[in-house]
Amino acid sequence: MSCCGQNREFEEIDEVSSLVSKRLAGFLHTLRDAGFAVGLAEGQDAAAAIAAGYAARPVLLRSALKHLFSARKSDWDKFDGIFDAFWLAKRVRSRAVATGAAKPANNPSLKSFQDTGLTQGAGPSATDQISSTDDAPDGRGGEGRMEGASRAENLDEVDFRKFADPEQVADAHAAAARLAKAMRTRLTRRDIARRRGYRLDLRRTIHNNISHGGVPIALAKRRRKDKPLRLIVLLDASGSMSMYTSVFLRFIHGVLDEFHEAEAFLFHTRLAYVSSAMKERDAGRALDRLSLLAQGAGGGTKIGESLATFNRHHAARVIHSRSCVMIVSDGYETGDTALLGREMAALARRCRRIVWLNPMAGWAGYAPEARGIKAALPHVDLYAPANTLKSLSALEPYLARL
Amino acid sequence: MKNRDEIAQALASSGYIADSELVTAISLMQLLKRPLLLEGQAGVGKTEVAKALAFVHATELIRLQCYEGLDQSSALYEWNYQRQLLAIQARHGKDADAIEDQIFSERYLLERPLLAAIRRQQPPVLLIDEIDRADDEFEAFLLELLSDFQVSIPELGTIAATTVPHVVLTSNGTRELSDALRRRCLYHYVDYPDIDREGRIIMARIDGASASLSLQIARMVHGIRKEELRKVPGVAETLDWAAALVGLDVHDLHDVPELVHETLMCLVKTQEDRSRLTRQVSDRLLGKVA
Repeated sequence: MSCCGQNREFEEIDEVSSLVSKRLAGFLHTLRDAGFAVGLAEGQDAAAAIAAGYAARPVLLRSALKHLFSARKSDWDKFDGIFDAFWLAKRVRSRAVATGAAKPANNPSLKSFQDTGLTQGAGPSATDQISSTDDAPDGRGGEGRMEGASRAENLDEVDFRKFADPEQVADAHAAAARLAKAMRTRLTRRDIARRRGYRLDLRRTIHNNISHGGVPIALAKRRRKDKPLRLIVLLDASGSMSMYTSVFLRFIHGVLDEFHEAEAFLFHTRLAYVSSAMKERDAGRALDRLSLLAQGAGGGTKIGESLATFNRHHAARVIHSRSCVMIVSDGYETGDTALLGREMAALARRCRRIVWLNPMAGWAGYAPEARGIKAALPHVDLYAPANTLKSLSALEPYLARL
Repeated sequence: MKNRDEIAQALASSGYIADSELVTAISLMQLLKRPLLLEGQAGVGKTEVAKALAFVHATELIRLQCYEGLDQSSALYEWNYQRQLLAIQARHGKDADAIEDQIFSERYLLERPLLAAIRRQQPPVLLIDEIDRADDEFEAFLLELLSDFQVSIPELGTIAATTVPHVVLTSNGTRELSDALRRRCLYHYVDYPDIDREGRIIMARIDGASASLSLQIARMVHGIRKEELRKVPGVAETLDWAAALVGLDVHDLHDVPELVHETLMCLVKTQEDRSRLTRQVSDRLLGKVA
């Protein structure tokens, strides 16, 4: 076939093709380094395309190889830069593209943490405990720990408040979002697998087919109606939590985004309903909108009153039989602790599970002495630290059991 | 097999205004016999690509719309149980083996899109729409079909493809597709068209849209896409809006700023976005339209 460049001499094209083919292996290698999943089959197809005349013009070759080697949007976007760098030797631009392009460590966290999480199921109290990670190492502290492990993995065990530079914070945010996404996929997948089991409804089939003399012509099927797990998140945005709020917001955004059964509330001295802001697709914009809602935070925490508002105005609407309420707070109550206890009891009657995440529970030597926590704990099903990415991921198996 | 120029011409005459990248993709599809995976935001015209491709090859378009819970019986084939039961009753008392042979024959087989696509005399375009909505298992099954192009039906044996269809898959990215499927396919990212191309699309699709009006509309839509909207208007919305404006006998957007603002409902479809695009915003955007 004479695809293109008809006015050129064929010998010339052949010459170009053979030159290009020789360097193709090197190009494939470069692409692999940049995180592309290209194998032998792609290489052969590329050679076939080159033989068919696609190497006649650089733009054409670039376009052809781009379709062939890209597998996703991120590949698609960075391909042109890599191609230009390799074939057309535009060096400066290429460096930037190639280094930024390394494939991110493929979610290192989930598998390894699944086992660690919830081994101490029923402790002495009625409250489940996730082993607290007292010994969370100081991220930058020991140089030895950095060896051989990617930074992304190291971040998993660092307490959120110890993140110093903006870059690290950004990494943690990205990791939290990734973690949330993985958790969401797994939680929903379980749900779908369960929904799969439809079976024949024999009784209805026979009844429907009486008119056919009992021969089952129209089959009636039965499908289990399943309520998906609904997460309701109540996030404390008061001053004492300020170190953690941003990471949690990012995590919660990851969990809620497109998770159709989820609601989010923010509280400090008042309770604010923030689901619509949280369902914003773009994390940055969601956080912007939330920070507006969170203004006026920092003056103290009235958990009891906020819960009372929740119970009175929102609970009936957002809680159903397969709901889990997740409260993220340090439990420093500046209002009436008796009220907090009463409202927690009311909430516990209503929903399936209450998870209380307290970032400070992960600190060495922390004991739940705050009056708020003491009042609330008897009604909480799971009390977990959640001050590191690792402790967040340990939540997943618990949620999956609900 | 068509060369690039012929493809570009055929696309143009089908009313699909393609960029040169897409022409390359389509010619590569023929050369390498690989499926084409299209990704992109909703409303950028992914499905239109398949329709245009069917036009280019002057062939039939077979469409399989994916959804959660899609299974083989609605995608590949199913036995016509009702007919089978009737056949059994009609031949009551005859030899059981003969009846069995008969009811498991082609006459009682219901073709679904995938089986239909590999049994045509002329290779059709098979559009597997929104593959990301289907389940993982279905994706794995599809992968097998796309590499072997044969189907095995236990009662009937293996059916090999008479022709290999041109396969186009689209995805909106609601779920991450498997690497295996991605590697099987050529990849093309469909982006919102640039101003010039969108203008030409409007001209080609809407009767009575003048060149200057089309370009104005394209510029305006381009500006609106840059506003922070929850639902960014796609090409289909642009066409709706252009049709509305032409229907209202508008020749220049600057003449009728209030009408422009009122008809924006063709473009933005949520209350929230509607309230964000106030008269001030629409006037400001209109001001930027040359």
